[in-house]
Amino acid sequence: MKKIGNHTLKLDNPPTIFNTASIVGPKESEGPLAKCFDRCLDDEFWGEKSWEKAESKIFKETVNTLLAKSGLSAKDIDYSFAGDLLNQCISSNFGMRDSNIPFFGLFGACSTFVEALCIGSVFMDSLACNNVLCATSSHFCSAEKQFRFPLELGNQRTPTSQWTVTGSGAAILSKIGLGPYITHITPGVITDLGIKDANNMGAAMAPAALSTLITHFEDTGRTPDYYDAIITGDLGHLGKSILIDLAKTKGFDISENYDDCGVLIFDKEKQDTHAGGSGCGCIATVFSGYLYKLMKKGHIKKLLLMATGALMNSTTSQQGESIPGIAHAVSIEMEKG
Amino acid sequence: MNPIETAKEYNEYVEAKSPKSPIFKNCLHAFLVGGLICSIGQLIFEFCTFKGLDTVSANNIVAISLIGISALLTSLNLFNKIGKFAGAGSLVPITGFANSIVSPAIEYKSEGYVLGVGSKMFTVAGPVLVYGISASILVGIISCFFI
Amino acid sequence: MDFFQSIDFGLLVRCFIVGGLICIIGQILIDKTKLTSARILVVFVTVGVILGGLGIYKYVIDFAGCGATVPLLGFGANLAKGAIESASEQGVLGAFIGGVKASAGGIAAAVFFGYIASLIAKPKIKKQ
Repeated sequence: MKKIGNHTLKLDNPPTIFNTASIVGPKESEGPLAKCFDRCLDDEFWGEKSWEKAESKIFKETVNTLLAKSGLSAKDIDYSFAGDLLNQCISSNFGMRDSNIPFFGLFGACSTFVEALCIGSVFMDSLACNNVLCATSSHFCSAEKQFRFPLELGNQRTPTSQWTVTGSGAAILSKIGLGPYITHITPGVITDLGIKDANNMGAAMAPAALSTLITHFEDTGRTPDYYDAIITGDLGHLGKSILIDLAKTKGFDISENYDDCGVLIFDKEKQDTHAGGSGCGCIATVFSGYLYKLMKKGHIKKLLLMATGALMNSTTSQQGESIPGIAHAVSIEMEKG
Repeated sequence: MNPIETAKEYNEYVEAKSPKSPIFKNCLHAFLVGGLICSIGQLIFEFCTFKGLDTVSANNIVAISLIGISALLTSLNLFNKIGKFAGAGSLVPITGFANSIVSPAIEYKSEGYVLGVGSKMFTVAGPVLVYGISASILVGIISCFFI
Repeated sequence: MDFFQSIDFGLLVRCFIVGGLICIIGQILIDKTKLTSARILVVFVTVGVILGGLGIYKYVIDFAGCGATVPLLGFGANLAKGAIESASEQGVLGAFIGGVKASAGGIAAAVFFGYIASLIAKPKIKKQ
């Protein structure tokens, strides 16, 4: 492994993404990607007594599904990296409570999934481990409860607001396998251009995505057309068009091969999700359920996967702070490079 | 488009690019639902006075009835649908006050009846009481000196 | 049928229009200022107290009935009216007692029904 350019790491022993799994909630099950997921729930509680318990269960079952699909047991997994949006990452903590897998809890808001892939692949590059698990989750109801208002409150959502995805996605990185491989990782820097509206996350995170995107291209010497697809986590419709605009001003045209998981997961017109999906579960489920399969089928050979996160909580919002954003990128390719 | 460097430029750009709320449609909905809620109150009021109650009791019954109806609709998961359609139309009448007390009470039930329901009940509506009551005390004290 | 004959339909129309107009003011505040609903409620109740304290709001109530009393402006005005009336009898002590006393029905009902609702209802997602 060596550092190239300012922030990027080029892996000498790129790990294979051996398998993925995803479970989503009812609203996602009515979206355009419904048939891609391993399991679609028809009840947000999934038989549990609280939203938090339900999210932990979704997390836990996603990991179990992944292990079963991969023909592995928990003791085959050397380390796990996971996170979510709830305080102190309780969904992943409680979801992994009974797993007996060494566990690193991560917080990068909605960027956590790629953060986990970054750290997991560095562990893998050491050649000391065989399998590493990366997983994240989010739940619309638990997120609304923690960050916004009670569900029964009769308020209107603003047109720029995003819909937290209910679901969990997980991936196993493995020493052996035929790809796709994680070849480069570009961690992001915290970027804040002074957006204060907590109902406009796309605009708050887009500058961070731009920063990481440009760093990645400069460090690797690649251009946007190197990739078959550039996919961001949850910028949503507004954030997506802002990122295209901002990239253009820096001399990069990404409009041809760029899309966003928050745009892909819901049908904006039919599902009334305003600016699109968001949450740790957004990129995790869309990558695990949809993009990974496209790569396996050969429809995408080179993917730049970039998750974006808004690093704030309701206290900082109330204190009038602006919203710092972050974006982490990994290049995932069918060739080891 | 010119490169954006400062927070001010970015905020202006985002402001211009963000989709706007359909304010005319929202106002129409708010007018209709708000007017309807007040009219229901008026009918209850007239019924009370028809039965021979005085104005103060009638007004109290109107408030309690509308609050009761809102609590019921909130429990049945209907108030948020009305609120999504009506916006301020269901928020500004006393129904909005009731909904903002009932909705956290239901949401925080999972944290128990004392620290969940009991203490979180006022997360949204508490400030209304704080400011309403404090302002009325000030007004009352001031009135002592002028009347 | 006597009750229906007794209804003042002119007042009912005025009630609908004034109540609706007050809600339009709230909607414009929501859409233009991005105030959260808690802040909107605070603004309305405080403005109601001020209008009630200045003695202006009673004319709106005379004109529109529940179109003026049902919106939170009316709740505020009622707090102020109670405080002033009670203050005129008992002085400063009355200022503390009168407001809440006049609005006690609404406040107590909201707390009580909120508690009852929490016993019977379960939170549910917005299907929107």
